[in-house]
Amino acid sequence: MNTALSWIKAYVPDLDCGDQEYCDAMTLSGTKVEGYVRRDKNLEKIVIGQILSIERHPDADKLIVCQVDVGGRTIQIVTGAHNVKEGDKVPVVLDGGKVAGGHDGAPLPQEGISIKAGKLRGVASEGMMCSIEELGSDRNMYPEAPENGIYIFPGNAEVGSDAVEALGLRDTVFEYEVTSNRVDCYSVLGIAREAAATFRKDFVPPVIAPTGNGEDVHDYISVEVEDKDLCPRYLARVCKNIKLGPSPEWMQRRLAASGIRPINNLVDITNYVMEEYGQPMHAFDLDTIAGRKIIVRRAKDGDEFQTLDGQMRKLDSQVLMICDQEKPIGIAGIMGGENSKITDDVHTVLFESACFHGPNIRKSAKRIGLRTDASGKFEKGLEPHNAEDAVNRACQLIQELGCGEVVGGMVDVSAVLPPRKTLDFQPEKYNRLLGTSVPEEEMLAIFDRLGIGTEAKPEGGVKLVIPYFRQDLNCDADMAEEVARFYGYDKIPTTLPRGEAAMGKLSYKLRIEQKARDIVECCGFSQGMSYSFESPKVFDKLLLPQDDELRRTVTISNPLGEDYSIMRTIPLHGILTSLAVNYNRRNKNVKLYELGNIYLPKALPLTELPQERMQLTLGFYGEGDFYTMKGVLEEFFRAVGMGGKPEYDPQAGKPFLHPGRQASVKYEGVTLGYLGEVHPEVSDNYEIGAKTYIAVLDMPSVEGFTTFERKYAGVPRYPAVARDLSMVVPKEVLAGQIEEMIRKRAGKLLESCELFDIYEGAQIKPGFKSMAYSVTFRASDRTLEEGDVSAAMKKILNGLEQMGIELRQ
Amino acid sequence: MKARLDQIRKQVAEQIRNCDTTEKLNEMKVGVLGKKGELTNLLKSLKDYAPEERPQIGQLVNETRAEIEKLIEEHRVNMEKTLREAKMKAEVIDVTLPAKKTELGHRHPNTIVLEEVERIFIGMGYEVVEGPEVEKDYYNFEALNIPADHPAKDEQDTFYITGDILLRTQTSGAQIHEMEKGKLPIRMLAPGRVFRSDEVDATHSPCFHQIEGLVIDRDITFADLKGTLAEFARELFGEQTKVKFRPHHFPFTEPSAEMDVSCFKCGGSGCRFCKGSGWIEILGCGMVHPHVLEMSHIDPEVYTGFAFGVGLERITLLKYEIDDMRLLYENDIRFLKQF
Repeated sequence: MNTALSWIKAYVPDLDCGDQEYCDAMTLSGTKVEGYVRRDKNLEKIVIGQILSIERHPDADKLIVCQVDVGGRTIQIVTGAHNVKEGDKVPVVLDGGKVAGGHDGAPLPQEGISIKAGKLRGVASEGMMCSIEELGSDRNMYPEAPENGIYIFPGNAEVGSDAVEALGLRDTVFEYEVTSNRVDCYSVLGIAREAAATFRKDFVPPVIAPTGNGEDVHDYISVEVEDKDLCPRYLARVCKNIKLGPSPEWMQRRLAASGIRPINNLVDITNYVMEEYGQPMHAFDLDTIAGRKIIVRRAKDGDEFQTLDGQMRKLDSQVLMICDQEKPIGIAGIMGGENSKITDDVHTVLFESACFHGPNIRKSAKRIGLRTDASGKFEKGLEPHNAEDAVNRACQLIQELGCGEVVGGMVDVSAVLPPRKTLDFQPEKYNRLLGTSVPEEEMLAIFDRLGIGTEAKPEGGVKLVIPYFRQDLNCDADMAEEVARFYGYDKIPTTLPRGEAAMGKLSYKLRIEQKARDIVECCGFSQGMSYSFESPKVFDKLLLPQDDELRRTVTISNPLGEDYSIMRTIPLHGILTSLAVNYNRRNKNVKLYELGNIYLPKALPLTELPQERMQLTLGFYGEGDFYTMKGVLEEFFRAVGMGGKPEYDPQAGKPFLHPGRQASVKYEGVTLGYLGEVHPEVSDNYEIGAKTYIAVLDMPSVEGFTTFERKYAGVPRYPAVARDLSMVVPKEVLAGQIEEMIRKRAGKLLESCELFDIYEGAQIKPGFKSMAYSVTFRASDRTLEEGDVSAAMKKILNGLEQMGIELRQ
Repeated sequence: MKARLDQIRKQVAEQIRNCDTTEKLNEMKVGVLGKKGELTNLLKSLKDYAPEERPQIGQLVNETRAEIEKLIEEHRVNMEKTLREAKMKAEVIDVTLPAKKTELGHRHPNTIVLEEVERIFIGMGYEVVEGPEVEKDYYNFEALNIPADHPAKDEQDTFYITGDILLRTQTSGAQIHEMEKGKLPIRMLAPGRVFRSDEVDATHSPCFHQIEGLVIDRDITFADLKGTLAEFARELFGEQTKVKFRPHHFPFTEPSAEMDVSCFKCGGSGCRFCKGSGWIEILGCGMVHPHVLEMSHIDPEVYTGFAFGVGLERITLLKYEIDDMRLLYENDIRFLKQF
């Protein structure tokens, strides 16, 4: 909503404040000013001059030399413009002044253009005559300005006076951000009312004088509303003997300042009232309305209609139409029809001032693909009383501006109008909610300025009478806000909630996640974030079979595009894409992780919310291998109190991982996730040209094993005994199997068993590998004796033999 | 005898000076003071003297012995010091050679800011919880006083899964989940991911994060809301931070406000950052609408409360002066390493 301050002042005549002051005060009382533009920006030393004489330039065919009276003195100006003649009154920028732009209408330079006296082809020129473009505006807003020429004032302009003022440019246009609850503030009157209350000045709205000749409008037109739910009120008035012409300057200037192009008196009046009251109106040429009857009804699916901009529009049965007895003549609340539009030979006009169902207008405008100023207002849900004021105001202006003759009476087809609203005046309650002690009288004064009436209740106490235009005031909290707004949010004290001191904390789930971040970051992984939705093509990139369970997805019905259409069921795409971005940018040794949800539907189509499962996903390329990744997982497990030994099953069955380099991670028999080297084909699909390793942990599965409890187990007091085992192992025997055997056979004296060497190559016979373990024994209550250790070792050696493993000597 | 002792002393002093290793010094010490050493021998010969002379001579011998021990000890200390110094001199390293790095990973800037916000509110007794990202229409809209056909529903450009299930457009639904638990009072912070169908550009992302706060108790006032959020702003942006509350509208709070903080770049004098205004808009807040309380079975005549919602990315971008939101989701390691 853009409005000139001068228009606001028309209703708040005592308003006297600077632009910034206005901006700040209005924002603090709830009418947020987004910004403002001074219309006289960079317009300096510009007066109205009168051309006394014109001569040819002695040395330039295209230039003329003018003597110009600028009020009490005459200056010489050389110009290339040819639309001026002797006696014309023109804007003249004097030596040392400034204009806003060039005459070509190009975007205005920030600092404007300085004008200095000088010589043009040897002839002195002491100023410049200006076009409307040089004054920072254009012919759309000043239709009387000539094309490519100097602006010429009407004959009654006062020579020597301020030209900027005369053009109505000593003004500031404010841009407001109106909140959706304040439908009344999408109008100049609404803003003016707020301004008056903010600055504690009188609000002087226009007085709508009754209009109408002795005729009855019902003899001209009848109205039938078929869909009352979509059109709670339809008002019609008629004006005849229309005389089209330009609207008065003050109206043109106000419209121009609001960014609305003046057209003619009739169009300008409807636009003016739309701005002033926030009520769009439509003017039909009554002579085009068949049967002199308006019918408001829904369109039929597949109907087409030509709007007054000449476009054909496709309709459906949700779109409300304004029709005559034979045909549609307008799309309700959005745009009128080509077939009933006002032309230059209009004689009689039908003014429609209606209220339509806001959401319907909004949806219709969206489906038709035509959002207009009018629909933008209607979709907010306009108040039915206001429609009546607006149409009467329009008729008043028709009469006052001599645009036509107003026919008496008004056709009013209304559903039940909203009843008068009252609320009990509850000052203690308002203060209790706000934490203030605003006196009752001050509250009542605030309400009064807002047009909220009061009446005594028979049983005692006061009732507040809510004006019809305040659709947003419905409960005590609403009234408390009105008090707060004008008492001043800044004057409300700042306190902290009293009451029991509660213990603040992270939920347990979040604590585990925080720990995960700490640990994997210590292991060199940086945190990435990626979108929760992705393309269904991801599954092909990851080589998932067509019938894979993970292809059953939560699917967005209105996605931004296929690439963002399904909620991820597997967290790899984000991390692989991020690694690919880094690889492509030649970043070396990139380690990333993400903590994010996957979304698993319980049943499809979705009838209940899907499972959201937090996944810790790690990925890297560069230094490191499978075992690096494995180490990170184990660090994390230890950090969250999982002291047991995780198991790794090479039969993980993940198609996107290298078949010989993948494992599912199990803990106490429960699968927690998987890790492995990314399948070379998948790497190709993501264009990552390096070996890439990933790991995924399903955090809900992990959480059950975690604990932050720790117990001190004592530091060993007796010495340990270590034995090294160097052996030749058949290749297919896994380290995990050897360790498991050792652990089982060594019994409780075993403290640890660490692989310290593994080798395959020339010195080892084919099909075998060399492995060396250091096995450590310790008892917590005594020093071990040789017999203890040799007994255990004997069992281990037997075990090795059974596994086909030879000791190396 | 005395002369002999003097001679030994001199002789030994000379020998000590010539010792340049601990071993030699020990050897020499044994030679002089040991069981077969000269001084020991002298003491052994005491019996050759007259009994009345013996104490005097014995004392002389012991004095000399002590003196020699002292000399040896002094020399040992000096010598060890010299040796250590020489060793250290040989061990000089080039401290400007590159560090051996244990390369740590980096937290995402969003998480750094989030954890900071969590820390502040945990300190004020808030419990951090989460709500679902795929949500029922009821929790995202209806229970927040945004009924069907409400313009706010369209404004938020919702992604729908089915007619009734959607991707939450705001974390405010977490308020409802918390209230429905039926446990009062409430001090809740609910951060999380939200979704709106905005095309990706420098200032928009279809996927971003909010942090929701909710306090419900007896006698909670708008003044409490102001005090709490002012405290939060000072903790997050610095002690000198000023706050400004402007009236605003949200369907689920009344009265509602937006909070601005004094620009933390220029301190309020106006700069490129705050677009010259000296203020930066940070969050929306308000007193929980009585109708919202009622819908969640809390009696608005007994309990009141306030709620607020912060855009996490907005603060991250402002705090670190990041000029393009896409950087947050691209995960270029050169970006992440800066935090």
